[in-house]
Amino acid sequence: MREIVVLDVKDNVATTLEDLNPGELVCFKSGNRKIEITVLNKINYGHKFAIMEIKKGQSIIKYGEIIGTATSNINIGEHVHIHNVIGNRARSVN
Amino acid sequence: MSEMGFYGYSRSNNRPGIRNYVGIFSAVTCANQLTQNIANKVDNCVSFTHSHGCGQVKSDLKIVEKVLINLINNPNIGAAIIVGIGCEGVQVSNIYRKCRSMGKPLDYVVLMDESGYKNALDIGIKKAQRLADEIKKQEKVWQPLSELLVGIKCGASDTTSGLISNPLVGHTVDLLIDRGASVVFGEVTEFIGAENYLAKRCKTQKIKQKLMEAVENIEKRIIDTGEDIRGGQPSEGNIRGGITTLEEKSLGAINKSGSRKISDFLQYGDRVSIKGLIAMDYPGREPEALTGAAAAGAQLIIFTTGLGAPQGFPFVPIIKVTGNKNTSLKLKTHIDYYEKFLSGNNEFKEGANKLLKKIINIANGEKSKSEELSFYEPTNIWVKGPVI
Repeated sequence: MREIVVLDVKDNVATTLEDLNPGELVCFKSGNRKIEITVLNKINYGHKFAIMEIKKGQSIIKYGEIIGTATSNINIGEHVHIHNVIGNRARSVN
Repeated sequence: MSEMGFYGYSRSNNRPGIRNYVGIFSAVTCANQLTQNIANKVDNCVSFTHSHGCGQVKSDLKIVEKVLINLINNPNIGAAIIVGIGCEGVQVSNIYRKCRSMGKPLDYVVLMDESGYKNALDIGIKKAQRLADEIKKQEKVWQPLSELLVGIKCGASDTTSGLISNPLVGHTVDLLIDRGASVVFGEVTEFIGAENYLAKRCKTQKIKQKLMEAVENIEKRIIDTGEDIRGGQPSEGNIRGGITTLEEKSLGAINKSGSRKISDFLQYGDRVSIKGLIAMDYPGREPEALTGAAAAGAQLIIFTTGLGAPQGFPFVPIIKVTGNKNTSLKLKTHIDYYEKFLSGNNEFKEGANKLLKKIINIANGEKSKSEELSFYEPTNIWVKGPVI
């Protein structure tokens, strides 16, 4: 098993603690559920990939909470980062 | 479930101490050297120093006085000496008078009332020795876990903090709260971006309002300096490390507060007088944050770190927790608890129970790494206004 973290069963992304290569089949757990996913891109240490299909406009869930919104459709195994996610609350006050 | 507990020193109208020190407290920055030199000469003495107590606006002097009183009231302090030079804004006599109802042996030293620095030092040492002898007689008795107030802090964070050590501590906080113990957490700058998550955990509308106000205030203070904390967040380094949004960054930090309801929101350095999970307006920087938790009355503090922060606190044991394997090996003299990588979220339960056991052991007198290192300086008090 790879060192991949899913922090809450509601999460639709996982975070890796090892560098993952495109096309690699990875196996890890979300709660008691075993997940097998082929990652589509290079996913570096600390980065996220989708463990469910996420449509444009849907929320990205980590820690069981919304961390942002998808700006394009995201496939299972695809890198999830600033190129396809925007934060909802990082606004300037003035 | 058998009742968990620890052996501690009973205090009147207060939680029990897990340590029993004579605390030498500086009333003003100019008395720091005298304070430290008294403490260094007598066994079982600790000193608390800071850079305030004079040349400040009235509201700040009030904060300094309140924090010093609440630090003296910390359960780990068995007796205290207040030290001043004589002309300070925070008057030694006021602190002494307001601390008398605590029922602790107390004394004071004012340099200008004695014949010079050397004489004041000799008098201070004699007084400290007398108090140390006096509290030596106190014995530990069994105390239920519900008598514990634990502070929470993180520092020198890295990728593993948000993924391992902070969630682990969050699970441990839930265990503590469910067993009747209390927890205080702060670092309000980390609330920015995750306010809504914290707001929905507040027990009442009033608590929620106070929490949101504190977030707004710190944000305004930062904007007043010409900076916008949201503008550059997450930072370039965060983004390279895989953090995508400010919400993600903040949630990674504040999930160390667990998932239970927030029973109160206190101003910096207020004393916690109820049970439950308490949020406090303390900043992220260690010298001020740890003082905030100690003034709240925390008998010990859990501190998560990725890179291996060395900070301790003079009279509150700090338990360092990391999820970074390299740090746990390289800086093993700093780290009390290492949690290895976890797959799925169930295993946090096992780790949280182990960490709870560690907390009880340290409460029972086992030395934490911060105590072994005696790495305590500097300490400070968080104030709002300028030095005048």
